[in-house]
Amino acid sequence: MKILVCISNVPDTTSKINFAADNKEFDKNGVQFVINPWDEYALTRAIELKEAKGGSVTVINVGEADTEPNIRKALAIGADDAIRVNAHPKDAFFVAQQIAAVAKENNYDIILMGKESIDYNGSQVHNMVGELLSIPSVVPAFKLDMVDDTTARLEREIEGGKEVVEVKLPFVASAQQPMSEPRIPNMRGIMTARTKPLQVVEPTGAEAKSAYVNYSKPEKKGGVKMIDAENAGELITLLRNEAKVL
Amino acid sequence: MSVLVFVEGLNGEIKKSSLEAASYGNQVAKALGTSATAVAIGDVKEEALTQLGAQGISKVLFDGEQRLKQFVADAYVKVIAAAVQKEDAKVVVFSNSNIGASVGAKLAVRLNASLATNVTTLPKTEGAGFTVTRGVFSGKAFADVALTSDIKIVAIKKNSFDISSEGTGAATVESFSAGLTDADFALLPKETVMQDTSGGVLLQEAEVVVSGGRGLKGPENWHLIEDLAKELGAATACSKPVSDMDWRPHHEHVGQTGTTISPNLYIAVGISGAIQHLAGVNSSKVIVVINKDSEAPFFKAADYGIVGDAFEVVPKLIEAAKALDK
Repeated sequence: MKILVCISNVPDTTSKINFAADNKEFDKNGVQFVINPWDEYALTRAIELKEAKGGSVTVINVGEADTEPNIRKALAIGADDAIRVNAHPKDAFFVAQQIAAVAKENNYDIILMGKESIDYNGSQVHNMVGELLSIPSVVPAFKLDMVDDTTARLEREIEGGKEVVEVKLPFVASAQQPMSEPRIPNMRGIMTARTKPLQVVEPTGAEAKSAYVNYSKPEKKGGVKMIDAENAGELITLLRNEAKVL
Repeated sequence: MSVLVFVEGLNGEIKKSSLEAASYGNQVAKALGTSATAVAIGDVKEEALTQLGAQGISKVLFDGEQRLKQFVADAYVKVIAAAVQKEDAKVVVFSNSNIGASVGAKLAVRLNASLATNVTTLPKTEGAGFTVTRGVFSGKAFADVALTSDIKIVAIKKNSFDISSEGTGAATVESFSAGLTDADFALLPKETVMQDTSGGVLLQEAEVVVSGGRGLKGPENWHLIEDLAKELGAATACSKPVSDMDWRPHHEHVGQTGTTISPNLYIAVGISGAIQHLAGVNSSKVIVVINKDSEAPFFKAADYGIVGDAFEVVPKLIEAAKALDK
């Protein structure tokens, strides 16, 4: 079974977000980048499936050379090889086209990625890749098992419940917890990752369909109004009469 | 040209988030000098759809095919794409729900359209441009994004737009079919399990959310959260450690890697307020923090705070909530 896992290179969850160039660009200064946490669920589940059933796990990232440390980390966690599409990820449609172009040449059985990236929160790429390849996409899945060699059984979240879906290979799925328990690379993994193949390919001529023109940050709160614990019931009155939210 | 709004149903009624989308669509249509039509699919009654007149929608295309009561992305996309064509829609409005975001992404590919999800403003349309603001970096920032294709799709963030009631008269419901075949239903779910949402309030749609953290000390104490939620008509939620320890199910986890919510009121009990938790809730309009540690970082992001023991404070809140006129 050939599995492709798509990973994003995103600011660490604890990062303070700032902008540069007159709020036109994200400010990378002092920011630690990690594998998108949602993508880690996809990566570890792919590795678990490979360990159980055989096959290979390829990691793909659409990004410039500075994403390679995290691609190597994915290899250290257990992916077999990696592809970096050498381009700045302009928007979701652009990224989906790059992934679909690579997938068309390689006949993957399963394409997995996180349900969204924690930087642009678009939650679009998985469905777009499925549509571009004319294969089903199951989004957002939190359980993925193989029924037999050609069929997978997934559980996906719906608002207020869950659905069980069976789908033939090939397909796209997005991952969220508790699909798997993300792994920390061990020393042996880190050593072998150095020599695993990381292929750099140039992007297709796909166009973006949107352009990020400006950034801003939420307004600061006006400050907290403290209520004495002894008179906690007062809070309910304030929420109704002052905040008008009850 | 026109504006098309996708309307989702739940248990026969229109979802609140779809009423927001209809109101938004009507405002966009007015700004562009055109009108807004809705396309409705799924578990919704025709009588409910006529009420979209209040949001300024005069016509609703409705595909009442039985199998569409469950969400099947390919079938939904086909129906909406056909409606876009029929109405010559240049702007398509969704709610940024699981369904809306999924359908929006597939539709964007099929129609060669631009897509923005998690949208928090009406579009700026000066000079034939079309720019919307969307939430990025998990609630830590906003981005203005220009949509450059002929057809624009926007999925609006829940609870970010008021439901208008300016329209008069009922909407006309037209039955609509896109000629769906069995192949479009290949991914019909084998099984659908609905959760036992306490009080029947859906977390993603809730106006009030009561959330518990490690300060509750164990799952056996969750009746405090549930009782307060029941009195306030709220949904219940929890922090990541609580769902990691299996005190509460994963679907209740709100935060950066859980569900992102934006209710009118978020009450956090015994949650210290790690930056990852804040990312999932900081677009709530009013935040209340109850924590026995006066140094808990969450107080910095709160509108109201109580320093005190949850086991003493929450019963007082339940009592006060019981005394409210409902």
